[in-house]
Amino acid sequence: MTRTEEEVPKGTAAIDEDRCKGCGLCIAACPQKVLAFSGRLNKSGYNVAEPVKPESCTGCTFCAMTCPDVAIEVWRERGGA
Amino acid sequence: MGERVLLRGNEAIAEAAIRAGCQCYFAYPITPQGELLEYMARHMPRLGRAFVQAESEVAAINMVFGAAAVGVRTMTSSSSPGISLKQEGISYLAGSNLPAVIVNVVRGGPGLGNIAPAQCDYFQATKGGGHGDYHMIVLAPSTVAEAGELTMLAFDLADRYRTPVMILADGLLGQMMEPVELPDPIDAEDLPAKPWALTGAKGRAPNLILSFDLDPQRLKAMNLALQERYAEIRRHEVRCEETETSDATIVIAAHGTVARIAKSVIKMARAEGIRLGLFRPITVWPFPYDALRTLASRVKTVLTVEMSAGQMWEDVRLAVAERAATPFYGEMGGVVPTPRGILQEVKRHAG
Amino acid sequence: MPVSVEKGNMVQTFARPGSMTEARSTYCPGCGHGILTRIIAQTIDELGIAERTIAIAPVGCAVFAYRWYRCDSMQVAHGRASAVATGAKRANPNLIVFAYQGDGDFASIGTAESIHAANRGENITVIFVNNQIYGMTGGEMAPTTLVQQKTTTTPEGRDPRLTGYPIRFSEMIAQLEAPVYVTRQALYDTKHVLETTKAIKKAFGNQVEGRGYSLVEVLSTCPTNWRMTPLESNRHVSEVVTKVFPLGDLVDRG
Repeated sequence: MTRTEEEVPKGTAAIDEDRCKGCGLCIAACPQKVLAFSGRLNKSGYNVAEPVKPESCTGCTFCAMTCPDVAIEVWRERGGA
Repeated sequence: MGERVLLRGNEAIAEAAIRAGCQCYFAYPITPQGELLEYMARHMPRLGRAFVQAESEVAAINMVFGAAAVGVRTMTSSSSPGISLKQEGISYLAGSNLPAVIVNVVRGGPGLGNIAPAQCDYFQATKGGGHGDYHMIVLAPSTVAEAGELTMLAFDLADRYRTPVMILADGLLGQMMEPVELPDPIDAEDLPAKPWALTGAKGRAPNLILSFDLDPQRLKAMNLALQERYAEIRRHEVRCEETETSDATIVIAAHGTVARIAKSVIKMARAEGIRLGLFRPITVWPFPYDALRTLASRVKTVLTVEMSAGQMWEDVRLAVAERAATPFYGEMGGVVPTPRGILQEVKRHAG
Repeated sequence: MPVSVEKGNMVQTFARPGSMTEARSTYCPGCGHGILTRIIAQTIDELGIAERTIAIAPVGCAVFAYRWYRCDSMQVAHGRASAVATGAKRANPNLIVFAYQGDGDFASIGTAESIHAANRGENITVIFVNNQIYGMTGGEMAPTTLVQQKTTTTPEGRDPRLTGYPIRFSEMIAQLEAPVYVTRQALYDTKHVLETTKAIKKAFGNQVEGRGYSLVEVLSTCPTNWRMTPLESNRHVSEVVTKVFPLGDLVDRG
């Protein structure tokens, strides 16, 4: 039985743009393709990642787990499975 | 404890370390300090303290580093080639402000040399050996009893100044047996607190032990702090002994075993009317330049005698300068100068 | 991740571990060191051992490892971390002591110390980060460099006739009687990040339980000196490196 859209927990991945080094690992790790390169350079000159499909985020934390700079915090709706 | 026992120099150093509260001993076998290792192997586990025969002298000095960093009294011992291996570790101890005791029972060199006594590691001990601007306090005992006393002092000095301290002995002292009465064991309660040690960051900010800084200005500051500590050690910890120098016209300058032999030579010389005395540095770092300089103004000749090609001789010349003649008599390769051989040199220069 | 903060109806499911400082990482973009540091800090939190953990930093890119752990730390001579860990643990067995070393530190200059600490069964945790190259010094050959791999000291590619073959150090350690846990892990995707996390937790858990010596070899990347992007580097580990350095537990006496 598949879940309806209402049953999938909503999540947020918050990227600290000062810490991001534009390595791209989080973009590749995300199963929902939430993240992409923003094209914006931070003050260290890195092309930082950002959520481009935030509505698809389930708060799975795959991005945060693989971030070498621990630049991502992840939040999930309370009561979500 | 108040009893005289017959001990080899190596064993006296080991027993003294135990009495000074040495908690961890790490070493690799090498002649002529084998008995020190064996004594520790028999006694340390019995006392619930750590003994490890390390895989090399390199490993041993790094085990010492680890034990020192977590705040315990720790020691290693070796002989010349093994001490060469420890030089990086000693530099790290000095640069990291860690206390430790290192015993060198010097043998003939260079290279494999032999297992007979020598004093040819003086430069290595007092002028560096390891890389960087640092010093160790270096203590040179000349009797088995003094070897024990200076070993206990070494642990105190190491803790007081947060620096590695070396006992500079030689193969003759290490092997000879004498009746000694060692000082009583210290009370563990009396050990100084070490708030800088890595004891686990409970209830305090984490401690950090390191010896580097990529920023030259900050590393300069670290070095200046070390130099200030060495200046303090020079002010307070110089030790030397003078024997029959008050009326002497010629003095022998010698350390360790050679100084002991020189004491016999004094008797022989005086019996022949030569007013001979002895100047014996006990700390070869910090070297007693001031005391020797003062003495040199009162005598005609300072004859340096060493079991080397002339290493302490350079410090003697630095102290004496033009105040007196500074001849040298040395034996190398493990040859021990005889009292008659030294007396001959004394006569040659006493003129 | 322990849930720590709630914001309205959102609950935090991933945060920087408490045993990790706020200091910015100076590792290269995409470098495995960053992920592994976070995993170790998280493990220290989960086991509740921060107040008695001693981190030993090597020489190499991880020379600054002490910047990121919120516990007592020291930086030690190149290759000697296993000997230093031995001294520290023998001096105070209540401490949780871990050595964190790269492939030069652990498997080249530190060969003797690495093998003998394992052989003595010291109750320590050793983490060996294998990226088949010397990062900090600019990309020279490591004992683990692959055949034909180009490095600054093998500019034509590693030739086994001149320089031998990549050394499988964990397999050598696994032959010894004493070690209780020897494993090789990787970080190239989420699944392997999670497996490495389990392995690190087991390795530290063994020390807490007083079981003996644990070694976790982690295949990592060096995008800078491999001249690849971080993603290409991960693919290289997944497709090429694991053929030379197979993943999995070599010893588990748990």
